[in-house]
Amino acid sequence: MNRPGPVAAPHSNLELYIPEPKARPGDTPDFSDLHIPPAGAVARPDTSARESALRELPYQLIRVLDDSGTATGEWNPRLPAEVLRQGLRTMLLTRVFDDRMMRLQRQGKTSFYIKCTGEEAIAVAQAFALDPKDMLFPSYRQQGLLIARGCPLVEMMCQVFNNSRDRLKGRQLPIMYSVKELGFFSISGNLGTQFPQAVGWAMASAYKKDTRIAASWVGDGTTAEGDFHYALTFAAVYHAPVILNVVNNQWAISSFQGFAGGDEATFASRALGYGLPGLRVDGNDFLAVYAATQWAAERARKNLGATLIEFYTYRAAPHSTSDDPSKYRPESEASAWPLGDPIERLSQHMIKLGEWSLEQHQALTAELEEEVRAALKEAESYGTLQNSEMDVQSMFEDVFEKMPTHLQNQLDELRSIGA
Amino acid sequence: MSNMSMVQAINSAMDVMLNRDPDVLVFGEDVGYFGGVFRCTAGLQAKHGLTRVFDAPIAEGGIVAAAVGMGAYGLRPVVEIQFADYILPAFDQLVSEASRLRYRSGGEFWSPITVRSPCGGGIHGGQTHSQSPEAIFTHISGLKTVMPSNPYDAKGLLIAAIEDNDPVIFLEPKRLYNGPFDGHHDKPLVPWASHPAGEVPDGYYRIDLGKAAIARPGKDVTVLTYGTMVHVCLAAAAESGVDAEIIDLRTLFPIDIETIAASVQKTGRCVIAHEASRTSGFGAELGQLVQEHCFYFLEAPIRRVTGWDTPYPHSLEWSYFPGPHRVAHALKLVMED
Repeated sequence: MNRPGPVAAPHSNLELYIPEPKARPGDTPDFSDLHIPPAGAVARPDTSARESALRELPYQLIRVLDDSGTATGEWNPRLPAEVLRQGLRTMLLTRVFDDRMMRLQRQGKTSFYIKCTGEEAIAVAQAFALDPKDMLFPSYRQQGLLIARGCPLVEMMCQVFNNSRDRLKGRQLPIMYSVKELGFFSISGNLGTQFPQAVGWAMASAYKKDTRIAASWVGDGTTAEGDFHYALTFAAVYHAPVILNVVNNQWAISSFQGFAGGDEATFASRALGYGLPGLRVDGNDFLAVYAATQWAAERARKNLGATLIEFYTYRAAPHSTSDDPSKYRPESEASAWPLGDPIERLSQHMIKLGEWSLEQHQALTAELEEEVRAALKEAESYGTLQNSEMDVQSMFEDVFEKMPTHLQNQLDELRSIGA
Repeated sequence: MSNMSMVQAINSAMDVMLNRDPDVLVFGEDVGYFGGVFRCTAGLQAKHGLTRVFDAPIAEGGIVAAAVGMGAYGLRPVVEIQFADYILPAFDQLVSEASRLRYRSGGEFWSPITVRSPCGGGIHGGQTHSQSPEAIFTHISGLKTVMPSNPYDAKGLLIAAIEDNDPVIFLEPKRLYNGPFDGHHDKPLVPWASHPAGEVPDGYYRIDLGKAAIARPGKDVTVLTYGTMVHVCLAAAAESGVDAEIIDLRTLFPIDIETIAASVQKTGRCVIAHEASRTSGFGAELGQLVQEHCFYFLEAPIRRVTGWDTPYPHSLEWSYFPGPHRVAHALKLVMED
């Protein structure tokens, strides 16, 4: 046998590549690789444009507010001053609320908390740009959605305390809210599962010839999950009226976005392979977030289907109260973030417009701190996790619509031996 | 009444519910135009329209996730997972989402979804088209698990599952789709037309979940079984001459413990038979329940007849399958104990 076969050629040895962030604790923060185009540079296509005409967008960065606080370019949503004031107030309230709840966790009044510091513009501006009846499938860092939709702070605090007024009956980790009447879906805690569920909800809305659309959020890290890709496939296949948001805050606990493939291609560009429009947006720019969301919502309402939006931002807070970022990233990285702080940037813009002042900002901060303090006083009067008095019966309820015999028996067993 | 195979009865259940409730949708891989690889949805798209019965991407996790989202909206989706062996990509959506949504949201949202899936062996499907995964679902709080053994039950139970406001895993023993297979694989197929349970009402009726049926009354030993094994156990009783009381569980969870306990307390003996592999199989739960409820009535150790603790083999399928000979052997042993 002398058949010709593959011939071995000389090869160099292979090397396994493991991505690494540019800076670790002790290093100087390094964002020199980020390409930040000037505000106003990206053209705003018509919301009826064909997807094939939108393929540059996932590699651009939609920005409206420039470094001096001026709104510029085609994406400027030209919001009335009153909307800007409401937006600023809601972002600031979210931050004040977060800071207070974080301190309460440190005092042992609850077990866990997650702040969204530095990312307030995303949830708040998106809630403002959507219709109040649109359905939200959030992850765990979009508390700004609830605050923007007017959820009473006491209600949110009672969930965080798992107290007698907790509508989730003490079953969920703090901040895993569910507020059906505000169109806010139950937060899972498992990453990404809500993304394809939002698509299913949107398909249902289209099936019923409803007018409502859905929106959902994941982080950069979660784009690696299968659920992310299920969502994009189903959204594309069925032209589902849904906005799929990736909050790229650079860090998934201690893993930088390179471990989700963010160094290889933008997260917005994941849309390209699915034939969906993908927008990449300055997530710390209230006006850009609003405009991009409004664009995607208008497109969905025209029955033109889903849009994937990557919001480029930075997680200034720890992942959660269980996390210590000083162990894996430079402490000054947040302050070095080149896209700044969303509250400061909107405030600067409003001052420039003559619609706001530092004095008003200070007064508003004090007012919101007082609002949070008053709400907290009421919420604590219903108990905190330390003195929670849940009836054990509630542990067995809502597993099924009606309590089956075996659960009734287990409840009886628990009671008979003393709960 | 019509003569129906199990495929036709399942099709009829979905047809009836599509007619009764505009919020019922049916989707899954190949279920639309083609009508499903086992034909369970044949004709439904043509009759009810493209937006009510349609194909889905090959993404079981996406199929169940979309159903959960639709359920949250207020629809009542019925999805097909083409083979129960393929359900694992949807496991997270079933276990962490559908089953817990009502609980974790304090009753604000729930998942009124039905997940149909053909299960079991006997069709030369090899290790990826033959498994019986019921026990991994009965372990999950918040799920109901059903496995019918005949056309009449399949239709009534499927209608009850679709109407249920909790998520239901509806496992269809595919070897029973076209006839009451008793494990004698070398004999010709017996069609459902010659079986009393092949007589199925054309319209709406329901069989409540959580109620077992006595497939054969007897006084010597209680056999707890479900799905294809109901017919295997009936053959084994006839061939062994043991007067077995054969209980077809129909719904595995919630379990009908009253019917089980009454029978075992009467016979004093118990054999458990299922096609799934043995260790941590549903038979383990059944054996413990019998022990808790009937210990002082038992005259012999409880015996299990199951698939072996191996993957489902292709060429040795009939050595794996717990056929009538193995069940008859267990019946004789339990009577000698």
